[in-house]
Parts: sequence; C-alpha cells; structure tokens
Amino acid sequence: MEVPILKQGPYLIASIQDALTDADLIQLRDALVEKVGRLRARGVIVDVTALDVMDSFATGTLRDIADMIRLRGAKTVIVGIQPEVAFAMAHMGLSLEGVITSLDLEEGLSHLEHQVKTASR
Amino acid sequence: MGEPLVAEETLVPIRSETDIVTARQNGRQLALRLGFSSAHATLVATAISELARNILMYARSGTVLLQGVENANRCGMVIVAEDEGPGIADISQAIQDGFSTSGRLGLGLPGVRRLMDDFHIESQSGAGTRVRVRKWIERSVR
Repeated sequence: MEVPILKQGPYLIASIQDALTDADLIQLRDALVEKVGRLRARGVIVDVTALDVMDSFATGTLRDIADMIRLRGAKTVIVGIQPEVAFAMAHMGLSLEGVITSLDLEEGLSHLEHQVKTASR
Repeated sequence: MGEPLVAEETLVPIRSETDIVTARQNGRQLALRLGFSSAHATLVATAISELARNILMYARSGTVLLQGVENANRCGMVIVAEDEGPGIADISQAIQDGFSTSGRLGLGLPGVRRLMDDFHIESQSGAGTRVRVRKWIERSVR
C-alpha cells in the first residue's frame, strides 16, 4: 500500500494509513527522498499514528529517512507514535535517539516552523 | 505443574512480506481475545513481526505458530517460529545486541528476548531454526 505524501507549504506530510510491509516502508523512504528535492521542501513529517507495530525494521527505516532527508538539506519529524507502540519500542530498546518526534501533526508542524525560522535567521 | 494446555492455535505460513503483517495482526487479535492489554498485545505483535521477518530474511519460508495457553493459575501466549533454512552457526552471537549478518540494527532476536518472558532457540547449521517464546498475561495488582 502506497503512503500518500501531501505538500503543505514548504513541508511534505506522509500519513501512514494502515499497517505497512517492509517494501511499503522502503517505497516511502525513496519517495520522500526524491520529493524533498523535486518539490523543494524544507521539512518532512511522517505520521505513524496508524502504524500497528514499530519493530526493528520500521524503526531502522524511519531513522534512514531522517538521515537521508537531513543529508538532502531538510528536517524530519516523526509524529503520532502511540502509547502502546512507544511501550513496545522502549522494551525492545528501540529508542530512535537523534530522530525528532512530536506528539501529533500539529506539534510536528509547529516544531518545523520553529526550526526553519531559526535556521533562516 | 507440567506444560500448559493449548486453548487455541493458528498456524501462519510465512512466504512473503505480507505474511509478516498477517502473522502479527493475527497474533495481536489472539492476544486481545486472551485478555492481554492493548500495550502487551503490541509487545506480542512486535515480537511476532521480528520472528516472521527473520524467517523470510534468512530461510525464505517457514511457519509461525500462535498459541493461547493456560495452566492452573495463569494464561498467556506461545509463539513458535520455525524454518528449514540455513540455521544459525553461532546462537550466542545471534542473540547478542548489535550483532547482525544482514547489515541492519542487530536488534531483532535480542529485542524479542527482552519483550517476552521465556525465550528458547534451537538451531543447527544447515538444519533450520526453531524459536519458541512465551508471554504471560500480567496479573493485575489487587
């Protein structure tokens, strides 16, 4: 299942709608890395609210997305990690350290606004 | 006390990436039916996802058996991931944090071990791998 990527101002928003296979996650990574250049986006939000599980593969791919987007010159925020998913991740030792996370889409957008403003000063 | 009784079981064949999703979704549903909290059902689903991916990645195909089990004073879930793949040459290395032959995080098996109450792995080079894990339902504090 392809994840829809919407452009809102200078940002890209990828809203995961359902459980994803590993191939879907890779496809999302490649689409974001390509679109961030083509659409000249300053920031990317990946909304994982609907993701059922964040295992080592999903966590590793989200980390890759954040790294690759940063190398392309933009920022990434992961939003919507659910309480039970956070519980499982913490138990497993998947901390996503170094990757910016926010509670929800609204918080993620305001984080990006702040980052982009600070950077352009 | 002996082995717990199997109350319910489902066998999920693992042959493709969508089977990983099917296995973890079936596992979550079974966990919820057995009375696991949503948080603990997610732990179980996460462990199933790791075990099923290992099958696909290293052996290409295999099975994940999901069992609801109970004994006199508690109930829980057993997951058996089995394949006839190349096996694991060094088990102690495979369950070590940060060790990976796939170039990924190396958190799969050690992570599963942390998520579950019991973890048992049998493997022989060239003769497949069998991982059996168990998670009990946390008893509520009265």
